[in-house]
Amino acid sequence: MTSKAKPSSTIAISLREVRKTFGEVVAVDSVDLDVFNGEFLTLLGPSGSGKTTVLRMVAGFEALTSGSILLDGEDVTGVPAFERDVNTVFQDYALFPHMTVLENIEYGLKVKGVARDERRNRATKILEVVQLIGFADRKPNQLSGGQRQRVALARALVNQPKVLLLDEPLGALDLKLREEMQVELKSIQQRVGITFVYVTHDQSEALSMSDRVVVFNAGKIEQIGTPQEIYEHPATSFVASFVGITNLFSGDRAQQIIGRSGTFTLRPEHVQISFDSSQTGLSATISSIQYLGAESRVHCTTKDNLKVIATVANEHLSRVVLGQLATLVWKPDAVFEVS
Amino acid sequence: MQISKRSQFSLRATTYGLLFLLYMPLLLIFILSFNTASSLTWPPRGFSTRWWSTFLDVESARAALISSTRLALIAMVNAIVLGSMLSFALQRFEFFGKNSLSFLAVLPIALPGIVTGVALRNTFVRFGLDLGFISVIAGHTTFCIVVVHNNVVARLRRISPNLREASADLGANSLQTFRLITWPLVRSSVFAGAILAFALSFDEVVVTTFTAGAGIQTLPQWILNNFSRPNVLPYVTVVATIVMVISLPIAWLAQRLADPPNEKLV
Ligand SMILES: Nc1ncnc2c1ncn2[C@@H]1O[C@H](COP(=O)(O)OP(=O)(O)OP(=O)(O)O)[C@@H](O)[C@H]1O
Ligand SMILES: [Mg+2]
Repeated sequence: MTSKAKPSSTIAISLREVRKTFGEVVAVDSVDLDVFNGEFLTLLGPSGSGKTTVLRMVAGFEALTSGSILLDGEDVTGVPAFERDVNTVFQDYALFPHMTVLENIEYGLKVKGVARDERRNRATKILEVVQLIGFADRKPNQLSGGQRQRVALARALVNQPKVLLLDEPLGALDLKLREEMQVELKSIQQRVGITFVYVTHDQSEALSMSDRVVVFNAGKIEQIGTPQEIYEHPATSFVASFVGITNLFSGDRAQQIIGRSGTFTLRPEHVQISFDSSQTGLSATISSIQYLGAESRVHCTTKDNLKVIATVANEHLSRVVLGQLATLVWKPDAVFEVS
Repeated sequence: MQISKRSQFSLRATTYGLLFLLYMPLLLIFILSFNTASSLTWPPRGFSTRWWSTFLDVESARAALISSTRLALIAMVNAIVLGSMLSFALQRFEFFGKNSLSFLAVLPIALPGIVTGVALRNTFVRFGLDLGFISVIAGHTTFCIVVVHNNVVARLRRISPNLREASADLGANSLQTFRLITWPLVRSSVFAGAILAFALSFDEVVVTTFTAGAGIQTLPQWILNNFSRPNVLPYVTVVATIVMVISLPIAWLAQRLADPPNEKLV
């Protein structure tokens, strides 16, 4: 449990051509994915994009329509959930309401026939990891949301699974607690060295916690990469606009502004607003200003009604006046072509 | 909700008035069972326990008490087994005609007893089966199943299906999941349904009348049959009190065990 985990190059899970349909609905469409041992992999995508379905197929709750899933190199496609060496943390935690925290945590060991003393030992150790010492005898309905979340995590971790699957485990928590738990989850993952497959539709959560991010859209993988790759070099216009906000130029607009045909993305933080009329760039009017605390988002409109967003540090905000004509400038290498 | 003092008072008065109207007759029966006189005159002439101490000597009353108890117990056990199996199946599996089956299962409680009674009687007679204890049990089982089924279904609906998945996820096979998760969570609802079933069966008259053979007489039937016979009348008050005393705690317990309306299981 003390080994400091670094993602290795050995493969924990492989999805091969995985497809799942519910009647007419194609929930997951020919997904190929390798998850490395010890890595924190996040499935990111909008609601209904198939993230949960992928997770449920890996856990064994949902049968595949076609394709196969390998755990540690072994095909487990037809293996029932209770025989797979993976554990799940459910979004609603699914704690057993009639059992205490300790009994919940010991459950997996108990049904596998682990002796009582060893069960106690391992459960107590894991209670320490999730900082719930002293809560062992409480029932789930006597715990706060964050505490329940930790119990759900402990109940899964105590089994030392090869892979832990987490479906929006922080979705039910308020913002402050969610941010705390993000840091804690990440540090627990690094301490125990178990592979995490984490589902979220929150792009900032995905960027801040993951070793790699898989962006889903409509049942298909749009891009796989590190958080930096995903954010800085989005492969598709969907990724560019779903992960963070961006300016997209395509068609005639691309021709006119970039000078080439195709679809291009330009992050708002790379757009500078200049009031020096001798500067060459795109002229636009400041049409609205969104104050975001640490910075502001300035929306500009050109005379042929193209909207461009720029991020401005608040110390420079005083120069930006609504309705003013400005010149928008960016470095050529800030523009990326996407498909 | 805010209510004015006046309407609060009149609400309270109406409530107590209604309760009084409902329970007064029961109280009267109870008091009259200790009367010295052998007719139901009011006020009671004096206090005596003679009807109570001799009631078990009335052969027909004793036989009726025994057959009612046996009948209710057997119908209850049938209902526990069939009612809970039915609700587990309906909850667990998706199949063609599921909704109709669930409707058919609940129907006997909504149908007038007289319809169920006539239908059962005709069927038994048509197929040449003797009307006797067995046929009454069959009749009672039809509506006893419903209360167990309804209670268990209500409970199962409140248990997140994720719990079963979580159990499987942690390595439990379906038998372990049932034993350690599902059963402990539904147990009290099965019991609540079972004792309600017992109470229903214990004082049922209509279906019993149609399905019982000549030799069978249940307690409620005995009351009905002896109500107009002056020398047995005091015993009727005793038996009625007994039925009451058995039913009240049962109803109370069933309500305690069944689901509180707005509480989540977490
Ligand atoms: N049991 C089911 N029956 C029918 N359709 C389903 C079922 N489960 C999922 N779907 C459909 O499959 C698609 C993918 O659903 P899924 O739950 O995997 O999305 P998701 O990415 O997890 O979304 P969210 O972020 O909202 O949880 C959706 O269109 C959904 O309606
Ligand atoms: Mg989901």
